[in-house]
Amino acid sequence: MSTRVLLDPTGERKAPSRERAPRPASLDGRTVGLLDISKPRGDVFLDRLEEQLAGRDIQIRRFTKPTFSKPAPIDLRHEIGAKCDVVIEALAD
Amino acid sequence: MTAPALPDGLVAIVKRDCPTCRLVAPVLADLADGALPLTVYSQDDPTFPDDVKVVDDTDLEVSFALELETVPTLLLVGGGEIVARTEGWLRPEWEELTGRAPLGTDLPEYRPGCGSRTLDPDVAAARSDAAGAARLRARRIDLGEHEDDVEAAFERGWTDGLPVVPPTPERVARMLAGTTREPDDVVAVVPPDLVECSVEKVAINGVLAGCKPEYLPVVITAVEAACTDEFNIHGLLATTYFSSPVMIVNGPIAGAIGMNSGINVLGQGNRANATIGRALQLIVRNVGGGRPGGVDRATLGNPGKYTFCFAEDEAGSPWEPLHVERGLAPDASAVTLFAGDGVRGMVDQLSRTPESLARSLAGCLRAVPHPKMALGFDVIVVVSPEHGRVFREGGWSKARLRDELLALLQLDGVDVIRGAGGIAEGLPEGLAGATVPKFRDDALLLVHAGGGAGLFSAIIGGWINGPGGSQPVTREVSP
Repeated sequence: MSTRVLLDPTGERKAPSRERAPRPASLDGRTVGLLDISKPRGDVFLDRLEEQLAGRDIQIRRFTKPTFSKPAPIDLRHEIGAKCDVVIEALAD
Repeated sequence: MTAPALPDGLVAIVKRDCPTCRLVAPVLADLADGALPLTVYSQDDPTFPDDVKVVDDTDLEVSFALELETVPTLLLVGGGEIVARTEGWLRPEWEELTGRAPLGTDLPEYRPGCGSRTLDPDVAAARSDAAGAARLRARRIDLGEHEDDVEAAFERGWTDGLPVVPPTPERVARMLAGTTREPDDVVAVVPPDLVECSVEKVAINGVLAGCKPEYLPVVITAVEAACTDEFNIHGLLATTYFSSPVMIVNGPIAGAIGMNSGINVLGQGNRANATIGRALQLIVRNVGGGRPGGVDRATLGNPGKYTFCFAEDEAGSPWEPLHVERGLAPDASAVTLFAGDGVRGMVDQLSRTPESLARSLAGCLRAVPHPKMALGFDVIVVVSPEHGRVFREGGWSKARLRDELLALLQLDGVDVIRGAGGIAEGLPEGLAGATVPKFRDDALLLVHAGGGAGLFSAIIGGWINGPGGSQPVTREVSP
């Protein structure tokens, strides 16, 4: 029996490489999403950020993942992508 | 298989290893000079017999096509069809078939033949492996001439840090004989890369892990159970917490494949326990792409992330088995997955009443995963035979023990709020006046296993429970 050929145990998948969206030079006139992943005290961090951004020419939208232990639902990801220019996600504890 | 076209005339199939074939070699040499053309196929040595032109059938293609059982076999072929056939050496039959007499006058009248090589069990198995291997679709990786196959698996990132069994096509084909499912059936979509995992990929990783073919249905079921929204293997993999799948096998298959439910049940030494749990981990790693330092962000991890799989001791249990409690028939085989963090020892050598032992257990369970946390984590208690005996003799059902434990584990809010006892960690201050249950009502999984001596039980703490985390999943194993 040949042991010289092995079968690939992996998913044989190459992750598609995507270009990053261009980084905006400024947040002026942009919509910034603040994503709370439902970790404790993530809201504290995002509330403070919202205070910092208030009063500038920036629209803020808040989003929340149902649970931090699972990936964000696809609808939420699409909604954020459609409505926001930039998203800030709070990992917390 | 289509039979290869046989040449007209006389056809003999022989092997050097057969004394009767060696005996008739001079007769074949005689026949080669006759009017009828003679074609000799040799099963084991194309230089045998001497003095005759031999067709190499060491790959046994012709022998298999003829469904040969005996060598020598002598055929008379006309128009591509077999007209006459004789096996072994019987002078009158050879004379009649060949139309040549006398033949082999210095030979005995009769000698039985030998078994055709096609009946050799190793040959039949290798042929079956080769046929099975030809059906496989996974990418084939040719190793370099000087490449060590075990090292090659390490270099390609396929292992958990321990050596693996190289997944040759033949080994994978044999592994697939352990299931009735087709190799290209999709078992599950495996996170984190969300890759469709075929039965064949499960089998390949089963080979890597060291599984035997009869373990494969259990591994397939475990993959199905892990890749459900309820179990949430994605989050479990990604968490910084210790936890990882803990697999409990119930029902007849556990004994049939030799799983351990007794001495050292949570430890090393049993192939089925060790390799089934390992196979699930390797599938998440290799098919799903979940690796430590990649999506696996565990701060500390736990040794159960190599493998954590055991069988319940149902025969010796004071209670109904786990799978029955979770809705399956007693004669069903089942896999239950739990997101567990590791084994905590629990000692009570003096309790002889269920009331006392339940209080001991409750005291130890209070610390999962912190004495001042509540409701967020489920738990398995592996009750050993000597502890199980206390509950049996006391007449406590499993439901009774669970109810008593839950009742004993009502926390006084003032003791467990943040800051209480000089410890910042704890429940929100607003619960100061409340009584807080330590566990949810269905949080305690009670399993009976372990060696017959030792007044110990084991506590396996969970991870975030409920729909937002991981829920135990029980699935029936099918062939």
